[in-house]
Amino acid sequence: MKQLIPEFENMRKRFPAGFESSLVLPCLRRIQQERGFVADSDIAELTAYLGVPRIQIEEVLSFYTQLRRKPIGRWHLQMCHNVSCSMRGAEPLLAHVQKRLGIRPGETTPDGRFTLSTAECLGSCGTAPMMMVNETYHENLTREAIDALLEGLE
Amino acid sequence: MPGRQLIMSFPVTTTSHTLAEYRKRGGYGALEKALKEMKPSDVTKEVSAAGVQGRGGAAFPMGRKWQVVVPDDGQTHYLIANADEGEPGTFKDRWILENAPHLLLESMLIACYALNVRNCFVYIRGEFDLPYRRLSAAVEEAYEAGYFGEGILDTDLACDIVVYRGAGAYVAGEASGLLASLEGKKSYPRNRPPRLTVRGLYQQPTVVNNVETLSNIAWIINNGAEAFKAVGTPKSPGTRLFSVSGHINRPGVYEVELGYPWMKFLNEDCGGVLDGRDLKCVVPGGVSSHVLTGAEIASLNLSHEALWDAGSTLGSGGTIVIAEGTCMVSLLQVILRFYHHESCGQCTPCRHGTGWMHRIIDRIVAGQGRPEDIDTLYYISKFNDGTTICGLGDAAGYACVGILNKFRDEFEYYIEHKRSRLNGNLECLKSS
Repeated sequence: MKQLIPEFENMRKRFPAGFESSLVLPCLRRIQQERGFVADSDIAELTAYLGVPRIQIEEVLSFYTQLRRKPIGRWHLQMCHNVSCSMRGAEPLLAHVQKRLGIRPGETTPDGRFTLSTAECLGSCGTAPMMMVNETYHENLTREAIDALLEGLE
Repeated sequence: MPGRQLIMSFPVTTTSHTLAEYRKRGGYGALEKALKEMKPSDVTKEVSAAGVQGRGGAAFPMGRKWQVVVPDDGQTHYLIANADEGEPGTFKDRWILENAPHLLLESMLIACYALNVRNCFVYIRGEFDLPYRRLSAAVEEAYEAGYFGEGILDTDLACDIVVYRGAGAYVAGEASGLLASLEGKKSYPRNRPPRLTVRGLYQQPTVVNNVETLSNIAWIINNGAEAFKAVGTPKSPGTRLFSVSGHINRPGVYEVELGYPWMKFLNEDCGGVLDGRDLKCVVPGGVSSHVLTGAEIASLNLSHEALWDAGSTLGSGGTIVIAEGTCMVSLLQVILRFYHHESCGQCTPCRHGTGWMHRIIDRIVAGQGRPEDIDTLYYISKFNDGTTICGLGDAAGYACVGILNKFRDEFEYYIEHKRSRLNGNLECLKSS
């Protein structure tokens, strides 16, 4: 985490004084972006840097679905299966991805390339069905589009 | 086009979200007018007189929220744009963030002037990547042009903004949950009173408004409250952005003048039900609102009062169109799974109730439903209502009761025959 401190200092300037606690989320997001997950050592260092209770950081990590404490695959496939996506064929597509990759939601391929998850509404209902791959939305998906997409992800 | 357009009033191109294009459309003229021709109290008066109801779901008038704040009481005030759009079926704030970020920023600056706010925030859901990048780029452009920082437009106004990203929690869209999240904690909502406008972010008076709600301000300042009230109906002034999805030929975001006939909107503007099927029902305002059958909406117009009279709500404007042939038991299973997943676990009735409802619906869908299950779902929905800090538990119940009231026979059939009368169909792509 330590190498990120200059960046955190810059981020801090935009916040009003006394908002150290607010920096927990953006700092954790940035740490995770760098490492792929948040390690125990990061928690200790962030606790010291921001001066917030360690329990607050632990709670945040366990509460929000986007934060994680363990590494996952290089490509995180999050397929929405909420109402609108289900109504436009998300479940058969999910089954297709599971079959193709040989993993179920929550699992990672043995080569560490893909992790598959299901997601609740990602605000992409008008372009359903959709899947988020790492940070990027892929919308109006079809079986063919998914096949082409997965081929391109090393 | 469904009536007059106040927000989506320009053609979307690859550059229409930039500051240069926004200025060409007259952008930041309202800010200049507010700062140079109006007192802060005039702005609040104008916004209150326009009668904009909140566009996030609760339809609480923006002006009434603002009036609680006393700008010169010596306290620090905060303004927050709620961009934690997560109500299933809703994606209209995303349209503003991607295509008109400066409209939001200009409107927020005007609000900051009215409410004596030095620091404002946009709380944006963590999954929104393009909207975040577009908005952040717009913030940088606005700083560069001198719209944020100190001495804005050569006046005394100083204002800073932070775009704050969430990390995946539906409940953070609830205003007090949002504040907890913005304080870097898990987004547990909290009891009122005190209202957030009295004690909000870090215990200071805080106004939290939805992105679309705020985005009306620039137009109101440019054209006046009277002109705004001339759009829409007397009880529902203005327009609303409807997110249309599901079994519909042309899904997407539409700006609709309130009072516009519903069937005309669905059939003409949105191209009608997918594949020419019959309409079964509509989720009018995000899954937390009561479903309305095709027959119920036939004579309705799109306004808050019409929906309230019909026992539902325009909610977040997330309109999910459901075609004949869709299995409502399977649909409710998706909805109840969602609420169970998103319950934050703070209040016992919601934590246990949403899980209990989810287990019951899973059991029914697995063909192991019991005759008393329907009554139990009613019981839990009723028990949840009003017994929790925020509305998530209530909403799970509303969604459940709304569907059970109108499609009870499908549930009875499923339980009795251990299978769906409609083959568990949600897609409705082919008749089978």
